[in-house]
Amino acid sequence: MQDNGWNDFEIGSLLRSFNGKAENIATTLQEDRNYSNSNSFTASVADWRIEKPVFNKDFCIDCQFCWVYCPDISIISRDKKMIGIDMDHCKGCGICVEVCPTNPKSLLMYGEHEDEESILAAWPSKDKEKK
Amino acid sequence: MSEIKKIKNLKDFSTSADRFEGANLLCPGCAHSIIVREVLNATNDDLILSASTGCLEVCTAVYPYTSWDASWVHIGFENGSTAVAGAEAMHKALKTKGRLKQDRDPKFVSFAGDGASYDIGFQWISGCFERGHNMMHVVLDNEVYANTGGQRSSSTPIGSSATTSPAGSHSYGEKRNKKDMIAIMAAHGSPYVAQVAPNKWKNMVKAIQQGLNAEGPTFINAMSACTTEWKFAPEDTIAISDLATDSHIFPLYEIIDGKQLNITYRPKNVLPVDEYLAAQGRFKHLFKDQYKFMIKEWQDRVDANWEYLQRREEAKV
Ligand code: SF4
Ligand code: SF4
Repeated sequence: MQDNGWNDFEIGSLLRSFNGKAENIATTLQEDRNYSNSNSFTASVADWRIEKPVFNKDFCIDCQFCWVYCPDISIISRDKKMIGIDMDHCKGCGICVEVCPTNPKSLLMYGEHEDEESILAAWPSKDKEKK
Repeated sequence: MSEIKKIKNLKDFSTSADRFEGANLLCPGCAHSIIVREVLNATNDDLILSASTGCLEVCTAVYPYTSWDASWVHIGFENGSTAVAGAEAMHKALKTKGRLKQDRDPKFVSFAGDGASYDIGFQWISGCFERGHNMMHVVLDNEVYANTGGQRSSSTPIGSSATTSPAGSHSYGEKRNKKDMIAIMAAHGSPYVAQVAPNKWKNMVKAIQQGLNAEGPTFINAMSACTTEWKFAPEDTIAISDLATDSHIFPLYEIIDGKQLNITYRPKNVLPVDEYLAAQGRFKHLFKDQYKFMIKEWQDRVDANWEYLQRREEAKV
């Protein structure tokens, strides 16, 4: 169906989120789903970003604030642990950084093209002014 | 009735498998998707969903993509609620006749903005509630027609600058105050009506679960801070939402069976309204000498409303 353009669009046609039979999606994690090409999961908005969030797991307390408040399902948490960022779907809004409660923060925004290794090596230390 | 998903804390909640997908076209920092995620993740039940015309609809169903991992339909601006009501009626009829291929009990939820709920779809929603469909209507209340360029809706608060009620040398912007949609829906005799906000995720999950498990039509008004039309930086969505709930501007409460009102969140430190107003471009002009009287108007009105809610709660009527 998605091979057809607008002009060949048939009234009443369906776009399927998954290939084949999809059952119990509510309890199936993304990596175990058979996404179809018409699911926006298969698309990327990475080029929307000017800045990107960088995650430093050394300071993370797995509070999951970033997970619940990320609008773009881009904080990947598994087994109650924050394990990384989905850079295809992150739009670089910066909410995750704002809500992260650790000191120093476990997530910070950097320019899209900055190198992750040097960012992590130069991660700020604890801010004593802040409680 | 299906089993209610157990969510004791945020770590539990974070094990949810999202049924709403990224690479939708909502603005960075949009509260709509935070709300949708919290609603969908509050349950593991099958879902039959709709969205009326609005940001959520145009941004999550851009051909050839869908961002929804559940049955979802869009028809028009006004009739997302009736689309879901129709599906609910059909499901009920087939079930009664024993003709359901699989005996499953999905939840029926329609999403719409304040424009599609307070104005354009109002009559349709009222009809759904009067007919008693077993469904939930969720308003993503960003207080403006954000999808078409920021025209005022009947949810736009007084003093806000919208493109059809602009602030300037002769006007402080919107002249009328927000319609009390929650009271109107409670007056339909709905078993459960609540105002929620995405920054209070636990309160939201509780309200959604209670609404989904009530018999009959339920109504949720979810505050949706709009980075584009309220004019604040995208990373501040949660901070702005906190200012709104902690200044009593968006009080969180529920009304059960159209009568019993319960306040579900009481901020420990109540903030003055000017912190909320000052944080957004749409209220910027209120801080000019000419319009400063409006800030007092805001504070007095918000205080009076909080007083009213408390009395309603105590009176249990
Ligand atoms: S920057 Fe925004 S979209 Fe990206 S992971 Fe953080 S909250 Fe999610
Ligand atoms: S908000 Fe910060 S501390 Fe909490 S899980 Fe996310 S990265 Fe870790």
